[in-house]
Formats: sequence, structure tokens, C-alpha cells
Amino acid sequence: MNMAIITNRVKNPLNMAANDEPQVHKSANPMVAFECVSKRFAAARSSAEVIALDSIDLVVPRGSVTGIIGRSGAGKSTLIRLVNGLEKPSSGRVLVDGVDVAGLDEKNLRSVRRSIGMIFQHFNLLSSRTAFDNIALPLEIAGVDRQSIEKRVAPLLDLVGLSDKRDRYPSELSGGQKQRIGIARALATEPKLLLSDEATSALDPETTRSILALLKQINKELDLTVLLITHEMEVVKTIADHVAVIDGGRIVEQGPTFDVFTGHAHETTRALLGGLAGMRLPEFLTSRMTEQPEPDSRTILRVIFKGENATEPMLARLGSDLGIEVNILAGAVDEIAGRPFGMLVVSLRADEAKIAEARQFLANHGLASEVVGYVR
Amino acid sequence: MSADILALLVKATGQTLYMVVVAGLVGSLFGIPLGVFLATSGKGELFPAPSVNKVLGAIVNATRSTPFIILVVAIIPFTRLIAGTSIGTSAAIVPLTIATIPFVARLVETAIREVDPGLTEAARAMGASPIQIVFKVLLAEARPGIASALTLTIVSLIGYSAMVGAVGGGGLGDLGIRYGYQRFMPDVMATVVVVLIVLVQLVQSAGDRLARRFDKRVRPR
Repeated sequence: MNMAIITNRVKNPLNMAANDEPQVHKSANPMVAFECVSKRFAAARSSAEVIALDSIDLVVPRGSVTGIIGRSGAGKSTLIRLVNGLEKPSSGRVLVDGVDVAGLDEKNLRSVRRSIGMIFQHFNLLSSRTAFDNIALPLEIAGVDRQSIEKRVAPLLDLVGLSDKRDRYPSELSGGQKQRIGIARALATEPKLLLSDEATSALDPETTRSILALLKQINKELDLTVLLITHEMEVVKTIADHVAVIDGGRIVEQGPTFDVFTGHAHETTRALLGGLAGMRLPEFLTSRMTEQPEPDSRTILRVIFKGENATEPMLARLGSDLGIEVNILAGAVDEIAGRPFGMLVVSLRADEAKIAEARQFLANHGLASEVVGYVR
Repeated sequence: MSADILALLVKATGQTLYMVVVAGLVGSLFGIPLGVFLATSGKGELFPAPSVNKVLGAIVNATRSTPFIILVVAIIPFTRLIAGTSIGTSAAIVPLTIATIPFVARLVETAIREVDPGLTEAARAMGASPIQIVFKVLLAEARPGIASALTLTIVSLIGYSAMVGAVGGGGLGDLGIRYGYQRFMPDVMATVVVVLIVLVQLVQSAGDRLARRFDKRVRPR
């Protein structure tokens, strides 16, 4: 395990020279690549078929935590099941480490599956097996002998912090503990890819955080690529460095999490971001806001600051340099993929030309802004 | 009750146990795999063979809907083929076994269908073969249900075995009919019934204990 980390570190500097844009390099040899993948289900007793996935092109960079977020029914579950061949695509290719999973026969598919771990929303632990024996199951299936199983399972129990629960049955464990056993089980065969199917959706917020921290730790320490699907913004925001937004069986947006969420271009992304601090305007504002300026109305501006750009001095300088009165109405700071991201909703009393000047001033200092409406 | 009657009672109990144990074992030997197959051979399941599934399902239903006493008579040629004779305790085991197989199969099928499909999916995701899924997941997880199914089977077999007196099978039921009813010996009848009740109670409580021991789904105590 340590060896793998060391080799990677040695390799990286060599790549750096030809690789000032790491994204391009990673995409050239991704862990998972969907190429124009569609999945249709024949609807029973009716001629209309259901299109679950429609021409999906998606890349999961090696070593990343990639999140696929979407509402229920968006096709997330089908998408993740294509990766380990639990579902077959109707058309297109699903490449895992360069191998087209869709084209494999059952026997070869089984050996590929042993290199892909999976965790589930409802944990799917065998009730008849102890924690230890649940983790041992994939090893038994792979035909590993009892002694090697013992050697492999004990450190996994340790990794997930449940060494004291080795002889407990799932019914004696809490939800978070069950998911930890699920994670240990998924790691038993030393996979190169971990699939997470709504792994935290059945857990409370605090347990969710601890499970996400564990996943992030595994991603870093074992250099394991993680592909997760979720409907929870919080999950993606916390651990995913790449994200794809799926809606109605289509990927509507994908890229580095921070860029996608702070760019908030697509309406589905916006809707999902509704819960993110500052995205939703306060009620007292929306109730009296108009779309068109009226005489003597104030302009409501949303100022977005990403990363390290500070807002306060800039807003102060709008007053001192441009002579525009700035009134802060709402605002919040959040963290996405480890980087600060904030929004301020401000009202400006100025004419249109002056507003344009102000927005240019903000843009020059790296602050995006948008006019959301007008208030008298 | 005379010593002769008592000897008859002991003998009849022995015959009943013999028939029930052998028919139960052989019936389970065929019934459990059949039940597993019925539970896993539907469309899109582990061993998809929907037409075989339908045919076997129909045979199971036909056998289960034939009244046992008619089954006993109807398969006499087959019984003779297997046991070399169509009368006697050993011969009676043949129809008992034939009746047991579909009974066990349906109960085992139900027990296996109650296993969370998520577990099958998890095992598939681990790279398990269908056979491994059957042994490591389905049968393991269905153990409490199968234990209950076999308990029910044995209790039913004790009841069925009372009818094989018709082909000279002997046993407790036969004793009750011939001595208790036809010879007006109510004490024999009562004793037979008491022995049967005790037998069923013993089987049921042993089966329940086994099912509880297998069942790890609930917190112990």
C-alpha cells in the first residue's frame, strides 16, 4: 500500500513538465469513461420505452472523488450500475481502466467486479454473518484461503475503527457502524475503484460527515478512485473534487466541483444549489422585488466571491471610489471542495450607467456579479 | 390398557418416526434444491429459465392439490418400482416423500424470496457466481426461514403418515383408526392422540429454537 503511494509520488514530478494542465492529462487515461452511453428499459405492456440514460459522456479522473448528483429518478442508480456491469447499456461503451465492461462475458465481468468495490445506501450486509465474516465475504468469493483472509480483514476492521466489533452481527451495530463495515468489505479485495450508491442517504448528518471523512481518507491514503452518486448537495460539496449533474437521464454539467457549483450555469444545478448558503434570496426581498427598474428603485445585485478574493474592501471602495451607496441585505460564506465560496446580496442606489460601472469595477477585482432584480 | 396394546403403541410410534424421518430427509434432499431453483429461475433472476420454472411450478401445484390419500393409491406402480412392494411401512415412505418434495419446495422458495434482493446485488457486485450467491448468500440468509419450513414439513408429515394405514403402512394414525375407532377402544384412541400431540409439540419447539438460533436479524435478548 505504501509502495503504491511512493511510486505515485515519484511518477508525478516526471509528468509535471509536460503537464501544466493536469485535467487534460488525467482525462487522457481516466479510471472510468462513459462514451455515448444510453440505457433504455422496455416498458411492460406498453409500446413506450423508458429512456433511463441518454447519450452519457462522462469521465472519472484517476484518483479523484467524483460525485454524480441528481434528483431521484434522474438515472443515477442506473449510471453507477453500468460501471460494474450490474446493468448493461443499450448502446455506447463503459470503459473501466480501459476495459469495455459492457462487452465482457459473465466470467470476465466477475473478475473485473473483484477490482471494483461497492457500498450501498442500505449497507446490504448479510444479517447471518458477523462484521468479520461480512468483510471476509468478497475474499471467500475470490477463493482466498482462511489464513490470508484473517490477515486481510483485521487491518480493515482497524482502518474503519471497528476492531472491537469484529464478532458482532449487523443487527447489533448502528447505521454508521454498518456503513463502515460496508466500506471495509468493499476494500477487502484491494479494488482500484470504489462505487458509492447513496452511501450516506440513510444516515444522520453527523454520521454522514464521519463516513465522508473516512471515504476521503481512503481516497487519499489508498489512492483509490471514488465514484459516488447522491442527491445530497452536502455530500458532493464536502468530498467530491469532480462533479457531474444529471437530470432526466442526461449529464447537464460536469467538471471540477468548485467551478461547476460557483459557475451555476444550468438550472438543474441551480435548483440543487438552492440549499447552498446565499443562493436563495430572503423572503422579505423576493416579495417586493420587480424585474424591471422603476423610477427611484434600487438595484439588487448578487456578488459572488470565490476562493481568496475578499469582498468587504471592494464593496467599501464602491462607496469611496465610485460614490455608490452600498447596502448589504443578505450573505453567506460556504466551502466547496475545500475552497471558500461566498455570496452577498446588496442593494445599490444608482442609475444604470453607474451600476454597469460598479459591476465592471467588481469584475476587474475578480468578483462576479449579477443583477437579480429591483426594489423600490 | 394391556401390555399387548402398549407394545402395539410403541411399535406404531416407531413406524411413524421411521416414516416421518426418512420421508422428511429424502423429501428435503429433493425439495430444497427444487425450492432454490423455483426461487431463482424466473425471468431476469440468477438462473433464468422461465419456461422450466413454469412447468416445474405447475407440477408442484398439481402434486400439492392432489389429496394425499389419492396420491398414495395413484402412484402404487411407482411405489412398487422403488420399494419392490406397494404395501408396508417402507412402501408408504414413497408417497410420503413424493408429497413432501413440492411442500418443502414451495416453503423454501418463499423463504429464499424473502432474502433482501440488495444482498444478491451486493454479492454480484463482489464478483460472486450464481452458485456462490446461492450458497453464501441465499441459503445462509434464508436459514431461519428454511428451519421453520422444515419444522412445518415434519409436523405435516406426522399428519399425513396417519393416512398410509390404507396401504398397510402402520404407524400411530393406523393404530388409532383400527383399534381406537373400529374396535371401539377409546382409551387407545386417546393415547394415540396424546402421543401425536407430544410428538408435534417436541418437533415444533425444537424447530422454533433452531430458527431463533439462526436468526441474527434481531438483537439477541
